[in-house]
Amino acid sequence: MQERNISANNFEQCQKCSICETVCPVMANNPAYAGPKRSGPDGERYRLKNGIFFEDSLKYCLNCKRCEVACPSGVRVADLIQQARIDYGRKLPKLRDTMLASTDQVGPLASAFAPIANFSLGLAPVKGVMHLALGVDRHRTLPKYASETFVRWFKKNAEDKQAQYSKHISYYHGCYANYNYPQLGKDFVAVMNAFGYGVHLIEGERCCGVAKIANGMIEAATRDARTNVDLFRESVKAGREIVTVSTTCTMTLLEEYPTLLKVGNDQVRDHIHLVERFLWKAIASGEVKPVWKEDWKARAAYHCPCHQERLGLGIFTMELMKMIPGMELTELESNCCGIAGTYGFKKENYKVSQAIGKPLFDDIAAAAPEFVVCECETCKWQIEMSTGVPVKNPVSILADALDLDKTAILNKPTK
Amino acid sequence: MPVKNEFDVIVIGGGITGAGTARDCAMRGLKVLLIERNDIATGATGRNHGLLHSGARYAVKDSESAEECIRENKILREIASNCVEDTGGLFITLPEDEESGYGLDYQSKFLEACTKAGIEARAISPKEAIEMEPSVNPALIGAVVVPDGSVDPFRLCAANVTDAAMHGAKVLVYTEFLDFLREGDTILGVKVLDTRTGQKAEYRAPVTVNAAGIWGHGVAEKAGVHIGMYPAKGALLVFGHRVNNVVINRCRKSADGDILVPGDSVTVIGTTSTKVPFEECDHMEVTPDEVRLLLREGCALCPALADTRILRAYAGVRPLVADDSDPTGRSISRGIVCLDHETRDGLKGFVSITGGKLMTYRLMAELATDTVCRKLGVNKTCNTAHTPLPGSMDGRIETVSKRFEGGATAGQKGAAGRQGDLVGKIRFESEEDRKLICECENVTLAEIKYAVRELGVRNLGDLRRRTRVGMGTCQGTFCIRKAAKALAEALGQPELADKLAADYLDERWKGMRAVGWGDTLREMEFMQRVYKSGKPYSYDEV
Repeated sequence: MQERNISANNFEQCQKCSICETVCPVMANNPAYAGPKRSGPDGERYRLKNGIFFEDSLKYCLNCKRCEVACPSGVRVADLIQQARIDYGRKLPKLRDTMLASTDQVGPLASAFAPIANFSLGLAPVKGVMHLALGVDRHRTLPKYASETFVRWFKKNAEDKQAQYSKHISYYHGCYANYNYPQLGKDFVAVMNAFGYGVHLIEGERCCGVAKIANGMIEAATRDARTNVDLFRESVKAGREIVTVSTTCTMTLLEEYPTLLKVGNDQVRDHIHLVERFLWKAIASGEVKPVWKEDWKARAAYHCPCHQERLGLGIFTMELMKMIPGMELTELESNCCGIAGTYGFKKENYKVSQAIGKPLFDDIAAAAPEFVVCECETCKWQIEMSTGVPVKNPVSILADALDLDKTAILNKPTK
Repeated sequence: MPVKNEFDVIVIGGGITGAGTARDCAMRGLKVLLIERNDIATGATGRNHGLLHSGARYAVKDSESAEECIRENKILREIASNCVEDTGGLFITLPEDEESGYGLDYQSKFLEACTKAGIEARAISPKEAIEMEPSVNPALIGAVVVPDGSVDPFRLCAANVTDAAMHGAKVLVYTEFLDFLREGDTILGVKVLDTRTGQKAEYRAPVTVNAAGIWGHGVAEKAGVHIGMYPAKGALLVFGHRVNNVVINRCRKSADGDILVPGDSVTVIGTTSTKVPFEECDHMEVTPDEVRLLLREGCALCPALADTRILRAYAGVRPLVADDSDPTGRSISRGIVCLDHETRDGLKGFVSITGGKLMTYRLMAELATDTVCRKLGVNKTCNTAHTPLPGSMDGRIETVSKRFEGGATAGQKGAAGRQGDLVGKIRFESEEDRKLICECENVTLAEIKYAVRELGVRNLGDLRRRTRVGMGTCQGTFCIRKAAKALAEALGQPELADKLAADYLDERWKGMRAVGWGDTLREMEFMQRVYKSGKPYSYDEV
């Protein structure tokens, strides 16, 4: 009679089993948060009756999406919560939130004045002012800005060398690799080139929008999303798959564009690849062949970021890392680090953020690795600040562990 | 032996008509006894759409009913603000209606009739209709906006009973009418049975009012008078969430499944109309054919219903006064029938009030009370149209929610929506009291305790009618043990908890069975799995 049941974000599929509550890192640490079931599918039924049922406590949701991973009924719990914040929580974002969220507007400015910006952002008095006036917690150091962006470096040093390769991909670098950590981008280019892929920028790529979504700047995020999808489509038309390095950017492009921003990505979805899976598949299928440095050795621990869990891609990073002969890898228990993008930077969230991360920090201390392997940049800040253990991106590890020259020779197409 | 009358009037039936009559009589200074064999609002009162009719549905065929409706519609918005939601309504015309003679020509006729009946109605374009209610069938070719709304019949009935009691009425629920006390051609009172204790009792009054809905047929028979009643079953489906926020009707001759009403956290489609034997009135089950029909017609109003989870199905029986010429029961007026059996049948001290509908209950009560007063020689005017019901002095949720310092919690907002300005009587004292028992419907322990303390709750069904506990998506699976424990303790009989919970779940199961597929079936399986072992978890954990 009825063949299917569809409702916004599947909220009617909720059986009220409450499994999501058992995995919510916030619920366990902040009694003011009602939890995913009540904030999501339960709350939705009453919000549909009257917006008065929207609760301010929805702002405590990290959007880690662990509830969605746990849900046996396929309810997009976190999307429901983000959607409610978009629909009912309409207040002008604070100056701080705008600042934290506008990674692609603050980025170019800060990069231009990087030495001054980095120096002053690190000063105790500046931190104090930011804590009090802006609500950025004083314990946090805002990510440093690079004086030369990745894009500028690429254009100067790498762009004209890309045509020589026979395979080509488009690289969605995101804001972090561009403004804060160009080395990641450089490592990416080195690894891809070694495997015989020409790397191309997506001219005009915009921020994925995740920070804007989290901070209520929906119009801006939607504009960016439309631009990105159009650019991806052009890339696909030109025969270039899109490869990404940031977990959260990837989740936003794949999952949140259609659900939260209502920007359809059907035509490009299957062409967007997170680099770890892309490379694991290429190596495992024999399409590319790695040559590892013989003396490379490391004892590391893998932390799977929440959004990597949501995408179900952590396994590829693990397997890719295990391909490195000198790698001794422990997998850390799946736990949220507590930073959740801009969330942990806000002073009202600092305590909860650290409490959420504690089990992970304890695990890292017990494993005592040389470094932590992690794909996510914000997890990196949180783990490094909280444990003192360095965090390395898998791409940078490959760039280090591969004998790039020999790999390049081996993967050169024979004509 | 001279008999002293304890009461001026006895009202049989705790549905909306009896409750309204008890209130009106009590407000006019009469000493009132209200008896009800179950809980209040358990018959047709609690088994309908909860539609606050504008009257437009009746405008073309029955202008008298239409005029009554719109008058009462305006009154209820004033006196029952806590029970009414001003959703507005649409009457839509679909392409296929053109073929069956109910196209846009009929819409003009309909508009004219509405205006004549005093119903503010205006035609809007299909585009405007879709903007107003995005879930409406986008194929529509015309729409008329009318002042429909939704009304919570449980709340409305409870408010009337509470107000009657506040004006001195004695209210006996779970008290079954057995027979009349009679002397010659005069009804002297009633014999009743307390269904919980098994004790019988007699009460006397110079006038007894039969307000027992479809069961009034049997009550009248006991008095030896005949009212030709027509039990017309109406089935309805409850959807899992509010699909629409505006009432959607079909602009054509009234038919099955052509009204879709949003109420509280759900949407209801109905109804059907089937003549049923009197014996079936106590055991209504919704058939697969009825479900199919309601879904088909509902999808014509709002295509999204085809993919929306159905929580349950239920049916009520309209107390229509039979008109043998039409077998479907649709063409008879839903007019009010107020019978003074002294003038009609030569039987003194007995009045029947029947026919009518939820919308016109107040007017029915006024007519019945006028008759009672005339018989008693009391000269008092009716004030029910101007006096707000308890909870509705300023009952809007937006206003009531503001009372809570530091912002209302979900449970407090839920309570504000249900209890209106009586929310101040709920004691949100301890953290325990503020905890939600029913998370689907935002019901706290404090509200449950309040309902037990002040609203005459005996079992979980009674509690559900007053608080919506267990009415949400899980149909009680996750809250009912906690609610049962709270209720049993509040009643001072903690050992009752298991039985209360089991009775409740049996009743929920019945409503889910009729729509047991998809996610509802999963929920049923889940419920069964949780409770199969008898004790799913110990009470110490809840």
